[in-house]
Amino acid sequence: MASIYAGRRRKHAIVMALCIAAAVFGLAFLLLILGALLWHGLWGLTPAVFTEMTPPPGGSGGLLNAIVGSLIMTVLGVAVGAPVGMLAGTYMAEYGRYSRLTMFVRFINDILLSAPSIMIGLFIYEVLVVRMGHFSGLAGAMALAVIVVPVVVRTTEDMLLLVPGPLREAAAALGLPRSYVIIRIAYRAARAGLITGVLLAVARISGETAPLLFTALNNQFWSTDLGAPMASLPAVIFQFALSPYKDWQQLAWTGALIITFAVLTLSVLARVLARQRVTQ
Amino acid sequence: MSLVMDAPAAHPMARSDVSEKISIRGLDFFYGQTRALKSISLPLYRNEVTAFIGPSGCGKSTLLRVLNRMYDLYPNQRAEGEVLLDGENLLSPDIDVNLLRSRVGMVFQKPTPFPMSIYENIAFGIRLYERVSKSELDDRVKAALEGAALWNEVKDKLHASGLSLSGGQQQRLCIARTVAIHPEVILLDEPASALDPISTAKIEELIDDLSEQYTIAIVTHNMQQAARVSEYTAFMYLGELIEFDRTRRVFTSPDKKQTQDYITGRFG
Repeated sequence: MASIYAGRRRKHAIVMALCIAAAVFGLAFLLLILGALLWHGLWGLTPAVFTEMTPPPGGSGGLLNAIVGSLIMTVLGVAVGAPVGMLAGTYMAEYGRYSRLTMFVRFINDILLSAPSIMIGLFIYEVLVVRMGHFSGLAGAMALAVIVVPVVVRTTEDMLLLVPGPLREAAAALGLPRSYVIIRIAYRAARAGLITGVLLAVARISGETAPLLFTALNNQFWSTDLGAPMASLPAVIFQFALSPYKDWQQLAWTGALIITFAVLTLSVLARVLARQRVTQ
Repeated sequence: MSLVMDAPAAHPMARSDVSEKISIRGLDFFYGQTRALKSISLPLYRNEVTAFIGPSGCGKSTLLRVLNRMYDLYPNQRAEGEVLLDGENLLSPDIDVNLLRSRVGMVFQKPTPFPMSIYENIAFGIRLYERVSKSELDDRVKAALEGAALWNEVKDKLHASGLSLSGGQQQRLCIARTVAIHPEVILLDEPASALDPISTAKIEELIDDLSEQYTIAIVTHNMQQAARVSEYTAFMYLGELIEFDRTRRVFTSPDKKQTQDYITGRFG
């Protein structure tokens, strides 16, 4: 018996060591990335970054047009994508819970969820950019919206399915029509989870580069015109990082730092909200 | 009253001296292909408490969920036969189920407070059906909480979350919420089975008080509870109604051997 137990302890020690090694391996890269970002990015983090436009090579400037472009396209993308996703998710979890259509939509949605974003960029390129004849912020926002939809569909459905059935029955037992049960009770019970889903979608799209290269392209100048090409942080980072110019490379590092910490903040916020739901 | 007596397929126990609030006649219920209730006929007398007892899976909760058409929420569940509420067949497709549910309230096994304040839990239902002023709403909320013997415990924290209450308090909140919209019938599905003995005693007292104004049907696994709170008892087994009589009689001298075996604990 003692030998069986000793063997078990040995196995435990080996597996434990492997687990710790895997965790350290993953965390080390994360820390290296964050460290490199801070090291290179912080040097260039001056007020000018937030007040001046992207400069020509050799000139001085900031990232204002890229930051604003990213904000506009992200907000518009979420404003279009999130309601569509929430409505679809609501249908799947509430009205169509037992229908074949829901299974079909869930399957398609899972495919869309893992579709390479560059394909979504190409799709919008074909549908919008080619027809309009030029790149535009609107096309960029629509590409981002297409990425938002499956994320929000998934979280909305999952969160609504977590609302206990008896709570819905209790609401229905008061004579509430279906729509009231959903809006007043189920949404309220799942509120933190629903917001988390939208925040995760925002985090997901704020770093997307590929779909923007085919749609919004980039813009060296200040522009809030949705019909014209629009700058975005990821596209600017892409362009500047690959350039031979030292000051452009510096701005790329700083832009990467800004995006990373914005996304990190959103993720932490989403986590905190998700935890609130659990403790309720 | 004679109308009730002459009606076809009425339960042999149908009485002429008390009126039937609900008359169940030849009720069959199906989960898909499975027949879960078999030709149930049973009266629920006005302002009386009727208990449904029987072993798990006998169909007592299913029967309760027919009375407010709760099963409508799910596909592949259907009821056949007649359930008359004041003479009107509530299984008819013409019935507005939401209005029906406002007349036939239900309290569940697990307390189900809505994710909002204690006050809102009750005001919510009232606002659904009536336009009332703020002060009248306050009065109605107070009356409902008093009616559910909860007012003294929550009057200083009406705007705290309903989820912050204890299990027994949550259950009384759910009863208050049901009572607040003035239903005619209250269905209780094992309302005390998740509660401690003190909370259970409070709920039972409450049921006693409520029976003065409401017709009550209660499903319970606890036979002492059925004996304590109800005037009539229906014993069910495998989807069939085995015996229905005054509670006193069911528990002292039941007609059927199955009933006797169950209440004496020989099976179930």
